[in-house]
Amino acid sequence: MSALTGHPPRREPRSILPWLATPALVVFVGFAVIPLVGVFALSFTTWDGIGAIHPSGLTSWRAVLTNPGLPHALWVTFLVMVVSWAVQTPLSILLGTFLAGRQRYRAVLGVVYFVPLMLSSAAIAIAYKALLDPNFGLGAGLRIHALSQDWLGRPGLAFGVVVFVVSWQFIPFHSLIYQGGVQQIPKSLYEAAQLDGAGRIRQFFSITLPQLKYTVITSSTLMVVGSLTFFDLIFVLTEGGPGDATRVLALDMYKRGFQANLMGPASAIAVILVLVGLALALLLRRLGGRDAGASQLEGV
Amino acid sequence: MTTTLTESRRPQKTTHGERQGKSRPARRRNWAGGLAGWLWLVVVAVPLYWALITSLKVQSRYYASNPLVPSGDPTLDNYRLVIESDFLRYFVNSVVVTAGAVIPAVVFSFMAAYAIVRGWRMRALRAMNGLFLMGLAIPLQATVIPVYLIIIKLHLYDSLLALILPSIAFAIPLSVLVLTNFIRDVPKELFDSMRVDGATEWTTLWRLAAPLTRPAILTVTIFNALTIWNGFLLPLVLTQSPERRTLPLALWTFQGQYGVNVPAVLAAVVLTTLPVLVLYAFGRRQLLSGLTAGFSR
Repeated sequence: MSALTGHPPRREPRSILPWLATPALVVFVGFAVIPLVGVFALSFTTWDGIGAIHPSGLTSWRAVLTNPGLPHALWVTFLVMVVSWAVQTPLSILLGTFLAGRQRYRAVLGVVYFVPLMLSSAAIAIAYKALLDPNFGLGAGLRIHALSQDWLGRPGLAFGVVVFVVSWQFIPFHSLIYQGGVQQIPKSLYEAAQLDGAGRIRQFFSITLPQLKYTVITSSTLMVVGSLTFFDLIFVLTEGGPGDATRVLALDMYKRGFQANLMGPASAIAVILVLVGLALALLLRRLGGRDAGASQLEGV
Repeated sequence: MTTTLTESRRPQKTTHGERQGKSRPARRRNWAGGLAGWLWLVVVAVPLYWALITSLKVQSRYYASNPLVPSGDPTLDNYRLVIESDFLRYFVNSVVVTAGAVIPAVVFSFMAAYAIVRGWRMRALRAMNGLFLMGLAIPLQATVIPVYLIIIKLHLYDSLLALILPSIAFAIPLSVLVLTNFIRDVPKELFDSMRVDGATEWTTLWRLAAPLTRPAILTVTIFNALTIWNGFLLPLVLTQSPERRTLPLALWTFQGQYGVNVPAVLAAVVLTTLPVLVLYAFGRRQLLSGLTAGFSR
């Protein structure tokens, strides 16, 4: 706080501006920044979530780092991130370009597209669980053998289902971002291309895609960092199973912390989650190639 | 902001011709996009349709009938079962938590965004902006264990306030980002003329900046409301008693109890989703146009 009031701004004597920012700062520091520091601190303790907190040095870290579950959880997290990115990005670009068109039927389709965006992950996961039930779900009811697999009971299939449901939920959001991006492309580019005789596909690859570069970075950043937070959907859909086939880091943290009452190791995993998130955001920002003077994640 | 409306029902003479030029598909057919568009409609709509019609089936009929054919004699019994299991209480909890978190989150974020834009020369405010942006890059769920500890220490565990406070904090990064983007667009001359007229920052904030950025404020409000309304992790971790459940958590426990009665579970899904869909029907244009504008910069 003193940092805010200690620097009297030059041209605005006794400006109230820092005070305007204070409420947001207080809540954010209290429930995001302090917890962020706290999670580092807690990773060097032993705590069962109820009793006293004991400092325990590197015990929790050792427990986490020597546990074979960690590389697996990291791998699953990485896989979910990459595969869902690879599924969502091309589809979102196509749909976004499609929605940027002016025809009325597209607008009407758009209304339906965004319904998944309104639903809670819990609701989506519960509905899909019933829909995919091997005995009573959609596939069994329609007597389509290919559709009546034990979707959530086999590791590979369960992973595929998670990626599918994630895409089902979030492609609408990202196609919306791309729609906005496409609409900001200067029309003169297309007119020039048309005069040069470039066809639709050529225009898409030579104009639309390159012009969407920053939009791709924005959308990918949100997708990638967001994929670290897939907790509720996977928790309700598979609980990390079968076995630990879909046990991503966030879920691993919850299970160790709030189910096994090992808050120390859970905090260590949370720290890893934070570091991965930061590293990814920085990497993507570098890829974006925007100057550092502008705000971080400027593309957003 | 105005160029992002998806629909052209509103007469916008100035941008109309421009958009026609932009959206080349007006002339020739975009087969790839069109095909993807219709396919995606099927992918999105079939599960929704299935959940809706199944929720209206008698349980015994559910196992026997074609899953995609609506029941000949639809029943509301499943809905009755859900509503009788304290649905109203969970609904009220969700409303309290959402309103209790969204209103302060948006007001605080707006004040902060205004300060950041107007006080960009002040190092402290720039640093604060950087701090908020950092929140975008960090999965805030990772902080849930210390949040849990803080809530216990504040003696707020198992209360609705326990859900409200962290929800405000989690909503701030994105809200500040979107709002600063919009406040930057307010012409500087307007601020200057307000100052010449002797207006304080406080007056300028509410009389000039707020009305001019109303679409952004609305968008941020809707977006945060959606996120908090659908929140699952915080209620799961920070509350315990059934009286404090919010809708997503109640849905999950209901599923545990009535898992065999699939139509009833789906009725619960539909019921918890309905309020949001009703709001979507009204606020759709605002939400979609605001989101496109807010994120595509």
